Amino acid sequence: MAALVYTLTALLGAAAAATGVAGMLGASWAVDVDWLVPLGGLALEMDALAGLFVALVGATAVPASLYAIGYTGRERRGCLAYLVFVAAMLAVPLAANVMTFALAWELMSLASYVLVLDGARAGREPAASAHAGWVYAVMTHAGLACLLAGMLLLTAWTGSARFADWTAAAPALDAGARSLAWALLALGFGAKAGGVPLHVWLPLAHPAAPSHVSALMSGVMIKLGVYGLLRASFVWLAPALPWWGATLLLVGAISAVAGVLYAIVDRDLKRLLAFSSIENVGIVLVGTGAALTFAATSMAGLALLALAAALYHVVNHAAFKSLLFMAAGGVLHGTGTRDMEALGGLIKRQPWTAACFLVGAVAIAGLPPLNGFVSEWLMFQALLQNVLLPQPSLNLVFALAIAGLALAAGLAVACFVKAFGITFLALPRSDAAAAAHEAPVTMRVAMVATAVACAALALGASSIVPALAVVAATLVPAPPPVTLGAWLTLEVSGEFASLSMPAVALALAGGILLPVLLLAVARVRPRPRRYETWACGRLLQTARMEYTATAFADPFTRVFDFFYRPVKRLDIDRHPESRFFVRRIRYENPTRFIVDEWLYRPVGRLLRAAARRVAVVQSGSPNLYLAYVLAALLLLLLVA
Amino acid sequence: MDALTLSVLQALVVGLGAPLLVGTLRTLKARLVGRRGPSPWQPFLDLRKLLGKTPVVSETTSWIFRATPYVLVGAMLVAALAAPVLTSRPPLAFAGIILLMSLFLLGTFFLALAGLDAGSAFGGMGSSREVAVAALAEPTVILAVFALALRANTTNLGGIVERVSAEPLLAVNPAHLLAFAAFFIVMLAETGRLPVDNPATHLELTMIHEAMVLEYSGRHLALVEWASAMKLLLFLTLLANLFFPWGVPADVEPPAMLLGLLALAGKLVLLAVALAALETAIAKLRLFRVPELLSGSFALAVLSVSAVFLLR
Repeated sequence: MAALVYTLTALLGAAAAATGVAGMLGASWAVDVDWLVPLGGLALEMDALAGLFVALVGATAVPASLYAIGYTGRERRGCLAYLVFVAAMLAVPLAANVMTFALAWELMSLASYVLVLDGARAGREPAASAHAGWVYAVMTHAGLACLLAGMLLLTAWTGSARFADWTAAAPALDAGARSLAWALLALGFGAKAGGVPLHVWLPLAHPAAPSHVSALMSGVMIKLGVYGLLRASFVWLAPALPWWGATLLLVGAISAVAGVLYAIVDRDLKRLLAFSSIENVGIVLVGTGAALTFAATSMAGLALLALAAALYHVVNHAAFKSLLFMAAGGVLHGTGTRDMEALGGLIKRQPWTAACFLVGAVAIAGLPPLNGFVSEWLMFQALLQNVLLPQPSLNLVFALAIAGLALAAGLAVACFVKAFGITFLALPRSDAAAAAHEAPVTMRVAMVATAVACAALALGASSIVPALAVVAATLVPAPPPVTLGAWLTLEVSGEFASLSMPAVALALAGGILLPVLLLAVARVRPRPRRYETWACGRLLQTARMEYTATAFADPFTRVFDFFYRPVKRLDIDRHPESRFFVRRIRYENPTRFIVDEWLYRPVGRLLRAAARRVAVVQSGSPNLYLAYVLAALLLLLLVA
Repeated sequence: MDALTLSVLQALVVGLGAPLLVGTLRTLKARLVGRRGPSPWQPFLDLRKLLGKTPVVSETTSWIFRATPYVLVGAMLVAALAAPVLTSRPPLAFAGIILLMSLFLLGTFFLALAGLDAGSAFGGMGSSREVAVAALAEPTVILAVFALALRANTTNLGGIVERVSAEPLLAVNPAHLLAFAAFFIVMLAETGRLPVDNPATHLELTMIHEAMVLEYSGRHLALVEWASAMKLLLFLTLLANLFFPWGVPADVEPPAMLLGLLALAGKLVLLAVALAALETAIAKLRLFRVPELLSGSFALAVLSVSAVFLLR
């Protein structure tokens, strides 16, 4: 039964991907069913931007659903919520009025909430999982409240709940009103996208969900926040003001650096991936912000380039992050744990999962010849051309964003060396890891297909980037930013920059084969001798001698101690007779999150204090409640 | 000259020049402290000796460990084709600093994995430190070269060489000087030189790169050492040709390229003397002081990019 639902979802995804691609290529359509839902009816509309995101959700749902068949096994719970989740995500980009959008958005949030709780119940830390579900629910609904406030304001000002009417009416609104609406919508969409400081739900909810759901949440659900930002900034509220873009640039840069810094020190494999999603959303937000700033300063060509780079990174991140979450799920499935300190040596027990994770790690670390590298490259080319902007203040914002992205790119490499190296290499650190089993065949097929997609997205950059530029051109009309040269070279802005991925991949293959051939020709063939690892003549090698995940991240905790503010708790329980006999040592170095401590805790305390004040009116006496009703009635009569 | 011949030529220059550069550096350092030192050709003999030895591979390791030396050499060879070594129109003429640094990082990525693969604390320690240094050094290199790229209005390395060499007053341009200082400091870190790492030590408490490759032996070690030498040569070449872009021919005909090779050799010898003098004069930094050096150079690079905007 569950397998049937997952197969159905995969088919739905494939159909949606085809429809979405058709939409990207210009097949736009609209569906209106006035009687189905109140306040405006159900209205769906396909255009190029919606098509891209529908295609993205659909194409990611296909391997994720296939993967789910093997991953969930006989577990039936959650399969219907999964179907609803995918369907709602497909409906969000198509929504053409407030009511349809709110329904689809809320359905997506609720379905994923149910899935998070489901996954949490199957996990082993019920308290932490309940907390995850709670934070997710609060942040989602705070975001929804901002979205609805912004949308209702726009509805009131323009007199219509249809998005198309907003686009027509927005230029007539004054700048302050548009900015207010933009800020509210950006808060709501930013919370869904996971930009710092609205990211707190993401590292809690994504690891708790079952891995195929995590793949979709990190791969595509947070991208719908980006979709909303694009739609609001470039369509509903256009023309943009410069400060919108500058804000997004700064938020993006901060998210990119903070996300990867938290990812480096985390020892939970799936939470590490969730933090890295914050980093990647940061990169996308930087691209979006750059596009908005360029658009606001009427440099449409550069805006188009930045937007194409952001969309390309959206697509690429969907591919490699869903791959990584699926591979991490393979680890969880094979060992029952996500704690990297209990893993290790899995490359021998799980060769397929390890190879797929490696592909994802190389891609997300932005290394050639995979797709993460190409989109980061394109992003830098777009950002660098800010030198053409006349305002030095905007230039400095761009310089900060460039520095942030460069730093994040370097740190991401370190982060994924740790993620792959500690999890898959050396000796297993626990019995569970030593007895790991390889993922079932459906999971392997899904992972390999996604890994191939990562390579294809890089090698096919010369056809994908122009296609995305066509989508972006529906938001900011401009001539195509890239041209194609010999060897499928992408040429950006004339002579500014160029890159040919087929040539790089070919050169790399040649470069790797060359030493192999040279050694063979020179007949250097002494057979390698297998022997134990050298370690100063010790007798036995055990996993306790290995470097741990925490130790690996230690240089970063020291370098960035102003950010982590690490605390160490060391309790040594000594024997009362002699201090040389230690009975128990307890050592803790919990990760602290400065955003939580400096922003959310004070706000939470304030809210709780306010709630306590307000609770005074709830005395429990029915007579008093009747008095309230009377008072309210009198007040209403007076006002009316 | 067609691209294939140029590729072979440039790969040969980098591949054969790299051990010679390392040998020259060692000889110079020995002379500076009053020893006779080995001949500059010694690294070639070392490599030949290593190639003849039986490699010992730990039973703990996986295919990552055995594949890494080849990936590393492959990445460096592609980097050799992408960098403006003999001419400002290298075979991969489209290459910019992002491609070049990503290729170096690809090598670092696999080498760090190989360090973890054997399961010894030495390898893990080396990997952790190496990626920490690389993660802080990489953005600095990229930013420093961006500062040049913004002035040249192209991120193409060859284009930068051509346009910067046309600028008459390099020495008084603050963006250029700041970028040079930043690049020089991270060059030391990236190639494992003093004061960040000591290429001559095997003392486990201080070493970075050598700890990571401790498990390698035989032909695997030969490939790893060859790749490190190529990385050093490429970094010094970038320093020479991007910041002192004189004598780099724009055409790819033999006479001009011979001149280019001579100019490069001259600049590299000067840089090698400077590097040897520096390494003789200073001591290694404490490991946890290294990040301060690197963040200092990162700040210099950010300043140099900002200077480009402010001094238009």
